[in-house]
Amino acid sequence: MTESENHNSQWKLWEVFTQKKSGMPHEHAGSVRAADAEMALLNARDVYSRRNEAVNIWVVPAELIVASTPEDMGPFFDPANDKIYRNPNFYKTPEGIKMI
Amino acid sequence: MQKIMNEKVESPKHALFEYCLRIGDTSLILGQRLSEWCGHAPVLEEDIAMSNIALDLIGQSRIILTYAGQVEGKGRSEDALAYFRDARQFRNLLMVEQPNGDFAMTITRQFLVSVFNFHLYTELSKSKDETIAAFAAKSLKEVAYHVRHSNDWMLRLGDGTAESHRRAQDAINDLWYFVDDMFQSDAVDEMLLKEGIAADLEKVRQQWELMVTGTITKATLKLPVANNLLRMGSRQGNHTEHLGYILAEMQSLPRSYPDAVW
Repeated sequence: MTESENHNSQWKLWEVFTQKKSGMPHEHAGSVRAADAEMALLNARDVYSRRNEAVNIWVVPAELIVASTPEDMGPFFDPANDKIYRNPNFYKTPEGIKMI
Repeated sequence: MQKIMNEKVESPKHALFEYCLRIGDTSLILGQRLSEWCGHAPVLEEDIAMSNIALDLIGQSRIILTYAGQVEGKGRSEDALAYFRDARQFRNLLMVEQPNGDFAMTITRQFLVSVFNFHLYTELSKSKDETIAAFAAKSLKEVAYHVRHSNDWMLRLGDGTAESHRRAQDAINDLWYFVDDMFQSDAVDEMLLKEGIAADLEKVRQQWELMVTGTITKATLKLPVANNLLRMGSRQGNHTEHLGYILAEMQSLPRSYPDAVW
């Protein structure tokens, strides 16, 4: 990496997502700096799963994450509160059904 | 392979005690050496990685030194063995007591020893001694990670910049003097090998060479040419001058305050 690409001479930033148990979703754990993907994975393991906290790790270059902006707040997230049929609890679950 | 005479193998029990010290002291001293990096590594992530590995190694040494104390039967605990023996009584490989040097030196030392431990423990997980077999099987997972970590760095340093390449090559050249010491087989090994307890170091060496040569070549580095200045002697407690300084630091607290507790 040349100086012009990397002004602060730090390695690239990677966001780390860890999965606590098989089948559970990956959750954002934090970030690490690393020169490439393999190093990011090893660093993430050392920083965020030192004591078996994870069974699986994703690392993503922070620059590739597309995020909404604070200005989006209103129109982007304003839920359809007046349309209760959009919420799952509008519907009755039949007796005896589990794990929905 | 050069064999050495060890006149002090009194019994199978004594042989097993010696054998445990070799494994336990090697992990202990390498762990102590690595811990010197804590707070000094080039980046935070690597600081944590090396401290993790140091802790793995200290944990391994605790298990096997505790067992050594039981085998010896003189009531010595893991702490008594770690803190109240002098350099001549230590049986760690000469390789692990070598100074950290620069990052390339630390990583190269870690790589050479981790690959050694990986193949040693693979063999020992089949040992007829149940404690050693269980210890080896448990430690193997940790060591597999140590290999992955240091192997990754060997490739980066060797196939990196001109400076990192030079430093990695210097480290290999300097540490190569202590390679034969790792595989030196003596009466203790022979006695325990017959009983199916010890690992066959000849076999470990073949696998070690295969993996090490592969990585060194892939990292665009070179194997040093054979020379006759190889240092040996860890089996008899003949160490390099560095071990005394490590022990002075490691043992000073328990020796000053023998009954100190956390």
